[in-house]
Amino acid sequence: MSSAATRRPTPGGEEPSGPAGSSGETPPAAAPAPTAAVATARRPVGAGRRAANGGELASRSERDRRTRRVVGGVLIVGVLALVVASLLVGGYDITLANLFTDPGAWFMFTISRIPRTLALVLAATAMSVSGVIMQMITQNKFVEPTTAGTSQWAGLGILLMLIAFPAAPPMLRMVAAASAAFLGTMVFLAALRRIAVTTSIVVPLVGIMLGAVVGSVTTFLAGQFDLLQAMSAWRSGGFSSIVEGFYEPLWAVLVVTVLTWIAADRFTVAGLGRDVATNVGLDYDRTVVLGTALVALSTGITAVVVGFIPFLGLIVPNLVSMILGDDIRANLPWVALTGAAFLLACDLVGRTIVAPMEIPASVVLGVVGATVFIGLVLRQRRVMSA
Amino acid sequence: MIEFENVSKTYGTTCVLGPVTGSIPSGGITSLVGPNGAGKSTLLTIMGRLLEPTTGRVCIGGLDVATTRGAELARTVSILRQENHVTARLRVRELVAFGRFPHSRGRLGPADREHIDAALSFLELEPLADRFLDQLSGGQRQRAFVAMVLAQDTSHVLLDEPLNNLDMFHAVQMMKRIRRAADELGKTFVMVVHDLNFAAAYSDRIVALRDGQVVAHDTVGATITDATLTDVFGTPVRVREIDGELTALYVRG
Amino acid sequence: MSATLAPARTAAPADATRPRLAPGARVAIAFGLALLALAAYLTLFTRGSFLFAVELRAPTAAAMVVAAFTQAVATVLFHTVTDNRILTPSIMGFDSMFVLMQTLLVWFFGGMILTQLAGVPMRLAQTAAMVLAATGLYRWLFSGRFGNLFVLLLVGVVLGMAFDSLSTFLERLLRPTDYDLLSVELFGRMTDVDPAFLPLAFGVCLLAGVVVWWRRHVLDALLLGRETSICVGVDHRRELTGVLVLVALLVSFSTALVGPMTFFGFLVATLAYQLTGTYRHAYVIPMAFAIGVVFLAGGQFVLQHVFYAAGFLTVVIEFVGGLLFLALLLKRRSL
Repeated sequence: MSSAATRRPTPGGEEPSGPAGSSGETPPAAAPAPTAAVATARRPVGAGRRAANGGELASRSERDRRTRRVVGGVLIVGVLALVVASLLVGGYDITLANLFTDPGAWFMFTISRIPRTLALVLAATAMSVSGVIMQMITQNKFVEPTTAGTSQWAGLGILLMLIAFPAAPPMLRMVAAASAAFLGTMVFLAALRRIAVTTSIVVPLVGIMLGAVVGSVTTFLAGQFDLLQAMSAWRSGGFSSIVEGFYEPLWAVLVVTVLTWIAADRFTVAGLGRDVATNVGLDYDRTVVLGTALVALSTGITAVVVGFIPFLGLIVPNLVSMILGDDIRANLPWVALTGAAFLLACDLVGRTIVAPMEIPASVVLGVVGATVFIGLVLRQRRVMSA
Repeated sequence: MIEFENVSKTYGTTCVLGPVTGSIPSGGITSLVGPNGAGKSTLLTIMGRLLEPTTGRVCIGGLDVATTRGAELARTVSILRQENHVTARLRVRELVAFGRFPHSRGRLGPADREHIDAALSFLELEPLADRFLDQLSGGQRQRAFVAMVLAQDTSHVLLDEPLNNLDMFHAVQMMKRIRRAADELGKTFVMVVHDLNFAAAYSDRIVALRDGQVVAHDTVGATITDATLTDVFGTPVRVREIDGELTALYVRG
Repeated sequence: MSATLAPARTAAPADATRPRLAPGARVAIAFGLALLALAAYLTLFTRGSFLFAVELRAPTAAAMVVAAFTQAVATVLFHTVTDNRILTPSIMGFDSMFVLMQTLLVWFFGGMILTQLAGVPMRLAQTAAMVLAATGLYRWLFSGRFGNLFVLLLVGVVLGMAFDSLSTFLERLLRPTDYDLLSVELFGRMTDVDPAFLPLAFGVCLLAGVVVWWRRHVLDALLLGRETSICVGVDHRRELTGVLVLVALLVSFSTALVGPMTFFGFLVATLAYQLTGTYRHAYVIPMAFAIGVVFLAGGQFVLQHVFYAAGFLTVVIEFVGGLLFLALLLKRRSL
């Protein structure tokens, strides 16, 4: 525990090369590296970013603000367009014209399309913000509910509830899912403290493997109790069955987002380790528990209402900080918006490509997310070894 | 005899070595010295065919390193890197036995066993022969790897910082053994050495590199001088003869 | 530190580090247990006609032998040639890749391709495609560009997840009839084996066994790691390619026969390293094979007759293997 800050050196490293700057051949790790590049690449998330030297800061924040405004404008327009598309695309033919003339259209619109679109936006916010919190707490860019096993624990919670009280109302199932997710995330964080290897890459690996083990327990139990089908439906989370009266718990996500916005700095400090946090007078344990609770709540609710949404919490915060830098608090609204855009787009693809059938958004997301994830890992290698 | 011609190594747009051309005559010990990032290890690993050069070619004992079959080359040249870790759990004797692989292809004959015993005794490893590598100290493990390279019985031996991780006592022991191997067994040693005074005391020739270029290549007496070393290392170095040994003083600049 | 420890170590009798039981004897015992487990699975607790029961169970037993062999050999070879003991072909996504390639085949050519090409030519074509693609991809991954094995592992794991998602995605695009044909083809299960496929699988195992036996000394030398093995005259690049081809071949047969198993190979290989008492492939590989048979046949026997959960052998193995993997991952300082 002596060097909590260096224990998990998180590769930031977007800045030295920029989104377009990492071209050219990659030397292997053994190649002598210019020390400056290594130093910048090893700066911790968030905290280090704002510590840029003073002269640069003024012009940078000016540029940042302009980038923010442009990106923000594009995003808002994009999300609005996607929302409209999501509202209008589907089996029942709804257009802006017939919406007010055809009562059937109006009915479908309010009972199915609006809930579905809202659920998409809220679930996306939940998972993206969860990713942000976990990345702050672990100081690791590759951690999010899927790569920490949190989602799989939530699934186990749902299953246990199904076994114990088959008729449990959704609210109770959410409690079970959130509790299991909380427990699982704590197990993951405890495991991280025992890791012997100080590579940021091992952290998501441990989480993924933990998730795999929990997943096999879930599969086994589901098989024993004849609930395999229910679990597989959960695993391929989709939005097709979302109707009015079912998605509303997702609104709790807004509370989580606001709390995250307020506590962002604490999470960042907690991420630097117990020693550093205590040194600046932060109650480390309470902060970690708060962060974990927020993540568990989001994951649990999302898991019950929608299902498994992989990789969103990972790619969205990373993409946002690539473009806007690492001011986490200022990034949060953009993270939520980008997440919404991403999930809406995935859902639309899944809805249109095999219409009248549907591919769950999570499946589309799995393909896109894994690809982006590998890109991020390789990119980080490149920055670190360049 | 090791000849390298127009050898260079580039990563992306960064050139870490060369192009360099030269030759190292047979017999004796040649030390590569220079500051960090000068390209010493790069040159050594290219000579030992562990790294492909971007341009140029290397011949060892008349064999072109790039085109000669691995097994044949392994009977002429051996190379030892500074970091050697083996995933499998091996005993010292088993490791040294792998030195005979190019000769035996895994089926050890009586002659192979003689070589293994000789290498073990040359490095005074007999008491440790049945230990596992992970039970040894860093210095002992280093000796075990050197024994493997000696058992390989090649005319040319390349060593990348053989003194790394060794304390004074073990460093002196190691250099004495290498010197003895060069004198008694007539092998050609080329090694990267960080400590100038070890290089000066035990080598026959010095190759000094800086910024990927060979700056000096001559006998110890001709290269271990104030002017050359100050130039190579970019920091004031004074050379004094103490008890008949050339000694570089550089600590206080 | 080492100065104070050294005398104590020297004082210990040299015999203390010697294996108590010769590796050959250990392998023999393991094979004895494997035979015992197979015999128990085949002959005990039969209801009705004894011969009929044995006949019914024989294909499953044969599939177990093939699965144990392919996974054990593939994993140990992969460990050796990539110089680590954590990554396995299955963890690195070989299985998922096989599933994806099958799905792609149906997606491009329709489900009829499976019925038209049924039998040996079909298998050979599939296997060839799998071997080519896997060798290409993993040769690139292991070319040294990525340096760090942890990065490789993460990339491999996520690649596997991506392959899985892509397969699911494509499956959803298929016509239902095509999907049915594919799912029959894909999800081979230990308890439901196509007997017509077994002779070919045994042939491949035999071939792989002969190749491995013939190369066993070179494989031993590969344990020294890339640089040192090159130093003693191993053509590392050629061996890497050769081993990857063999591994892809074995894994594609294993997956086709019994479905994907992520941690099984890891489990048996890790135990074999611990139990064999030598590094030599001539002993380690047979040991891993025997342990694999013990696990599969013994595990199936216990699950079927003690827990009445016959279909969940692979799940249980995943669980145990996953825990072991996690424990090693947390404990290790390097791979």
